Formats: sequence, structure tokens, C-alpha cells
Amino acid sequence: MTPQLIPVPSRGLFTERDAGKKPVLECVNLGINFGGLAAVEDFNIMLGPTEISGLIGPNGAGKTTIFNLLTKVYQPTHGTILLDGIDTYAMNTAQVNRAGIARTFQNIRLFSNMTVEQNITAAMSVDIKYGLIGSMTHMGRYKAEEKSARERAMKLLSIFNMEGYAKSKAGSLPYGAQRRLEILRALATDPKVLLLDEPAAGMNPHETAELMENILKIRDEFQIAVLLIEHDMSLVMNICEGIAVLNFGKLIAKGSPEEIQANPDVIEAYLGKKKEA
Amino acid sequence: MKKKHVSKNVLTLCAVAVLYAVIAYMLYSGGLKRQVTNMLIPTSVYIVLAVSLNLVVGLLGELSLGHAGFMSVGLFSGCLVSIALVDVLPTPLRIVISMIVGGLFAAVAGLIVGLPALRLKGDYLAIVTLACGEIIKNVITNLDITGGPIGLNTKPIYTGAKGLLPYAIALVFVTVIVMMNLKKSKIGREIMAIRDNRIAAESIGINITYCKLAVFIIAAFFAGAAGCIYGHAFANVKAASFDYNMSIEILVLVVLGGMGSVSGSIIAAIVLSVLPEALRGFSDYRMLAYAIVLILVMLMSNNPRIKALREKLKLRRSGRKEGAA
Amino acid sequence: MVQLIQTFISGLSLGSIYALIALGYTMVYGIAKMLNFAHGDIIMIGAYAGIIAVGQAGLPPVLAIIASVLVCTLLGILIERFAYKPLRQASPLSVLITAIGVSYFLQNVALLVFGSQQKAYPTLLTLPAIHLGRVTVDGMSLLTLALTAVIMICLHLFISKTKLGKAMRAVSEDKGAAEIMGISSNRTITLTFAIGSALAAFASIFYGMTYVYIKPTTGSMPGIKAFTAAVFGGIGSIPGAMLGGIMLGIIEQFSKTYISTLWADAIVFGVLVIVLVLKPTGLLGKEITEKV
Repeated sequence: MTPQLIPVPSRGLFTERDAGKKPVLECVNLGINFGGLAAVEDFNIMLGPTEISGLIGPNGAGKTTIFNLLTKVYQPTHGTILLDGIDTYAMNTAQVNRAGIARTFQNIRLFSNMTVEQNITAAMSVDIKYGLIGSMTHMGRYKAEEKSARERAMKLLSIFNMEGYAKSKAGSLPYGAQRRLEILRALATDPKVLLLDEPAAGMNPHETAELMENILKIRDEFQIAVLLIEHDMSLVMNICEGIAVLNFGKLIAKGSPEEIQANPDVIEAYLGKKKEA
Repeated sequence: MKKKHVSKNVLTLCAVAVLYAVIAYMLYSGGLKRQVTNMLIPTSVYIVLAVSLNLVVGLLGELSLGHAGFMSVGLFSGCLVSIALVDVLPTPLRIVISMIVGGLFAAVAGLIVGLPALRLKGDYLAIVTLACGEIIKNVITNLDITGGPIGLNTKPIYTGAKGLLPYAIALVFVTVIVMMNLKKSKIGREIMAIRDNRIAAESIGINITYCKLAVFIIAAFFAGAAGCIYGHAFANVKAASFDYNMSIEILVLVVLGGMGSVSGSIIAAIVLSVLPEALRGFSDYRMLAYAIVLILVMLMSNNPRIKALREKLKLRRSGRKEGAA
Repeated sequence: MVQLIQTFISGLSLGSIYALIALGYTMVYGIAKMLNFAHGDIIMIGAYAGIIAVGQAGLPPVLAIIASVLVCTLLGILIERFAYKPLRQASPLSVLITAIGVSYFLQNVALLVFGSQQKAYPTLLTLPAIHLGRVTVDGMSLLTLALTAVIMICLHLFISKTKLGKAMRAVSEDKGAAEIMGISSNRTITLTFAIGSALAAFASIFYGMTYVYIKPTTGSMPGIKAFTAAVFGGIGSIPGAMLGGIMLGIIEQFSKTYISTLWADAIVFGVLVIVLVLKPTGLLGKEITEKV
């Protein structure tokens, strides 16, 4: 199914589904310098509110750096990030998450000594309506809020059929389950944009196919935008509606999967310059 | 009918309640030896100190080497208030108020010590907490109001074990319950998340500053209240006794009892308060034996063969439960 | 002005002692990744060794010094072998607690053997006070300074130029990779403890000759201060330990002279806290940026 992409002037590629809506995420000339070296330069992108897009490029191109910029692990040296039209300049990582961006990590970062359920409920703190006093006394809204948090956590776990793991320690899970848990934990923060960093890493084709279905299911159920970094081209080409290609920190192409596959600059970046005959 | 497992927390609380009930009965009926009576208040205080330090070391995962400093702040501020109110208020009210005041002053100290904690990690934070403990000790020793180097004369408020036990018991219970509750709460999860993976914790919206400060303030409050009770049990108290050595003693309790384990801290505090006294017969060799026991316990609990044995026992126990269910 | 220079020199001298102790801490931390809490007490034992060597055995000063160094080095190696090596895979906190146990052990053994009354460290050398212009400087202070500088230069050369020194640096950077390269991390760690303890012996000699009175608890406070100095300078960094130790000594001496002996400790620790808040990894510590 080839989504109809409407080229929005200057920055975006929106699917018809999102036509007329305002972008949920916008990067305007985003960039960062590390000691004189521009790790990312002039990154421009627009994401529609329910769009699934991919960020690809050779290793070291700056893809995770962009995720770190979006989540304010690094503060940009140039450019602006707009989340639902709001500039995130003054926000730190936690505030950006509360504003609506959630992410997973390239190297799994779970709370390994906590249970699977606790990993998810830890992410729901904003929605759990009791405070420090309730935490110390267990009085007032504690019981009700904890019950509804647990129920929400189980509902999230059911997306990946992981309810049975609820009471297991996160560190004891098999690798694939750990990756899926990270996605659920990010979802638990009720984001508008979900950033997935190499979600299919280490997965076999069967697991990857399942992941694809699940990402679509998540997008449809939660009505959020997904931006993913991936090296697995079958996943990217199958599921992404728009693709941005990065090389040496610069955007070298943007378009639909077909356009990207045929783009000579992209081919050169991945395979190197074709030898002259 | 769902099989109800008695929660470990309820079990611990009951055990503590029974223990204190027995002790109280023996104390008030005159059946307790002088030696044991003298241990009651310090042991209870150590329980509170260990459980409160466990919040910082076990739950938040930060090494704090200045806990005795918080105890000290609470002790001196609480006792000064108590001395001032000696003829003004009836004893129960006076003691409770001074405990709260001591706790609050200690909480402020906790906030101040917690602030550098926001920027520092690991060993660097440990050193700063140690430094703060020593600064507190030095400052209190040099102030006139706290009696200077000869210490504070607490004779006006001196209360024996019989008088202090109810307050000690109450404080132990409050501390233990608060700690147990925190572990199963939203803030507790945030704190443990910071311990397990700070960067991931930030990425899910956790306010690290708030949580870290809350931990230091709460832990300091209880240490301070405990310190206040401690001060009432002696006729003279010097700030010099509450130095890094005592902070380290408390840390040993927390580590031996198991990081994050409330029941473990309680047991460790009781055992390690009783052990030196029980070894009193060997008087001179007592502390040496304590040191040797400490080293041996650490060596044994980290021995791979013993660890494997423990895992086998754990699996066998859970296997039996499944078989029965 | 005269007082300024004198204070500065005694500060440097005190700082050198702290630096020697801090070096032991930092080397062990950098290479074995553990905090040897018992380090300060090794110094105390070294001091007692010196007392016995001269007092009981009647040895001449040079042999007494050698005896001190041998005792400390042997002690360090034994402690490593029996208390720390079995815990190589354990959590850092467990190792710290064990080190605390060893520290208590040493203090109590000393208490039993030597009693709690303080003993005087023998005067191995009598040095005249040296007059530089109007400034009178204690000869011992200058000697401490000079010898410590020599020791530190030797250590620096050892670490940077010799094969064993390179092995130590390799193990501290990446133990696994070092092993693959054929470096025995076990032997390297044992060597590190040996060197650290030998440094402690020298510290004990200078301490004994400067401060004279030795008790079982003598090693504790200098140990803590040196540990503080090591972290202050950036834990794991050898130049950091030297810098941290010396600065701590100078700050302490200046506080004692110009402000008050009573408040000296609070000021020293206060300066430490302020510097660490401004520079969270110590003066020369490496910023370990976590990869996200």
C-alpha cells in the first residue's frame, strides 16, 4: 500500500491521513556541535500526528544523536524543536517526556532490579494521583490509584502477550522480551511521539514481523506518531510512511520508501560510490 | 478461594511487635537485667538509623557516609528544646515535640547535604556526605549553646529506659512502616528507577531532583528523631561521638542486612547491638571478634559456592510451594 | 610574611604526608577498583613497627626504616590475598564493608598488643632548624617535602616508563583487554597493593617523626583525610592524589594558623565540598560521559 504523500513545503512529508492537521513534531535547522565537530547539521523534519516514519543511515551518521537532541539528553547548539507547536528549548529530559516525547534506547536501559510491572508503573507517575504523603502513609487515594495503575500496566503488557511476566524481575527476561518491555514502558508515559531506537536489533525474521504488526497496532490504538531508527531495511520499507536518510550528520534524502530506494545519493551512502566502468 | 500469602511486611511488623511486647513486659515487671535494659534504647535507635539509611543506600543506591551527622543535629536541637521545655510541658508532650523538632532540624540538614548530591555521583557523593558529617560534628562541638567540647548536659531531661521505651517503640514502628510503604509506592518506584538506571528514569519523566532531595530529607528526619531519643538516655552527650565511625557502623548494618531490606536492617541492628554485649565475657577480645566476624560474614556471603547453595534452597522452596498449590 | 612562609612550608609537609597516603588509595582504586579503607591503619602498623624496631630490637635508623617498609608491604599483600582477592567479583559495597572489617581488625590487634596508651615514635634523625633569611623552618618538614617529592618522581617514572608500570596502567583501563594481552591482573593488583603499602610505610615514618605520638587509632583520621584528598584530586588519578593531598595539607595548616585550630576540620571539609560541587569529578578527575 503506497500511502499518498503530500509534500508540505520545506520540511514535511505528510500522509493523507494527517492532511490538514498540524505537525506533532517539527525540527527546524536542528544541529549540535561537539568541540567544533558538527555531529548533526541542518536537520529539518516534520511528523504528522499519526505518522510512522523512519530515520536511516550508515553507522555513526548521527541518528541516535538526533534522538538524544529530541529528548534533551543533549542540548542543541542550533535550531529549534517544536512539539505540538511548543518550543522545547528550555525543557530538560523529564519535562520533554511529560510534554509528550517518549523513547527506547539502543542499548537496553531497563530497571533490572524491579519487576516488569514496576518498570511500567514507574513510568505512569504523572497519571497516578497521590503524592509523597500518600506514598508514605498509603492513605487517601493510594489504594484506588495503585489498582488502576496496575490495571493499565496489565493492559499494556497484553499488547505483547507479556502479562505472565508481570511479577518477574526485568533483568531476568529474555532479550526480545526486554526490548518489548522498553517499548511498553515508553508507551506508559502517554506520549504523543514514540521514538524507537533500533527496536528490531537482535530479532529473527519472525520476531521482526511480529514487531511490525505491533508497531502498527500501537499507532492505530494509541493514535500517536512513531519515529524509528532501524538498520533492518525490510522493517523500514514495509512499515514506514516517510523515511529520512542521514549521512555524516546531514539529511541527504527525504521521501517515501520507493523514492528513497531509488535515490542515488542514498545508494552511494550505503554502498559507496559506484566504480566507473 | 484465592490462597492468601501473608505479606512479608506484615510478618516483620508482627515479629517486631511481639518482640517489643515481650521486652516491655519484662522491663516493667522488673525481670530484665541491668545490662539488657541499658541496651534497649540504643538498639532501638540503631534500628531507626539503619532503616532510614537504607532509604538512601538501599533504595536510592547512593553511598551516604554522614548519617551520624543527621542524628547529631536532631539530638542536639531536640534536646535543647526539651531542656527548655522541662518545666513547661508534661513529659509525654515534651518528648514528642522535641523529637519532631529534632527531626525537622535534621531534615533541613538533609536538604542541605542533599543539594550537592544532585550534581555528584558514587564515590564523590560519598566523600561529600562524609565531609558534611564531619563539618556538622565540628560546628556543634564549637558552639557554646551545645556545651562546647565538654558536651551538652542532659541531666535535666535524662529519662531511663522505662520512660523512653514507649517513644522508642513508636518511632521504630513509624520509621519501619514509612519505609515499607515507600517501597511499594509511586515515589518508591521512582527512587528505585533512579538507582537502576538514571538516564532511563529521566526519559520517563521522573524528576530526579525532587526524588533525591526527598530521600535525604526523609532519611535525615528519622535519624534526627532517633538522635533526640538517644540524647534523653544519657546524662551528657558530645558531638564528637557522632562522627564518621558511627556513620560507618550504621552503613555496616545496612549492608549486612541487605540493601533495601527493611527486615534485614532490623535484624542486623539487633544482632550487632547484642553481639558485642554477648561477647562481653571476652572483654578485651570483644571488638577483635566483632571485626573477625564481620570479615568472615562478608567473605562467606560472597563465596560463589555458598551463593549457589542459597540459589538451590530458594528454588527448592518455591518448587515446594507450587507443588502444594 | 614570615609566618606565611612557615605556614606554607608546614602545610606542604603535612600535605606531602597526605599525598603519600592518598597515592596508595588512588592506585588501589584505579587498578583494583576498590576503596581500601584499611589503608590508614597500615600506616599505624608501620609506625608501631618503627617503634619496636628501634625501641625493642635496638636497630639503627636505616634498618628500622627498612623494617617498617617490609612490614607494611607484607601486611598489604597479606590483606589483599586473604580479604580482598576472594571478593574480586563482589559488589563494591561488599568490598568496602570487608575493608572496614580489616580496618577494625588492625586497630584492635594493635590495641591488644600495644595498649591504648600512646607511644613515642623514635627520633631517627635530629635535624636542625634551618634559617632562610628571617624564616625559621623545621628541618623535618623540609626533609619530608624533599623525600616525598623524590618518591613521587620515582613513582611517576615507574608508572610511565617501566613495563610493570605500563601493565598497571593497562589493568586500570581495561582489565579484560590487559589479560588478553598477557598481563596477569592478579600479579599486577598484588604489586599495586605492595607499592601502595610501601608508600604508607614512608608516610608512617614521616608522620611519626613529625607528630611523635602513636596510638592504635592514629591511622584513622589521616586515612580519612587522605581518602578525601584522593577523591578531591580525582579518584584514580595519580597526579590528582598528589595535588589533592598537598592542597588539603596547605588548607588545613593555613586554617589552623590563621583562623582557629577548632574550626580547621570544618574549613578543610567545607572547601572540599565547595570544590566538588563546582567540579564534580575532582580537580584532575576524568569526566566519564555515559554513552546514551
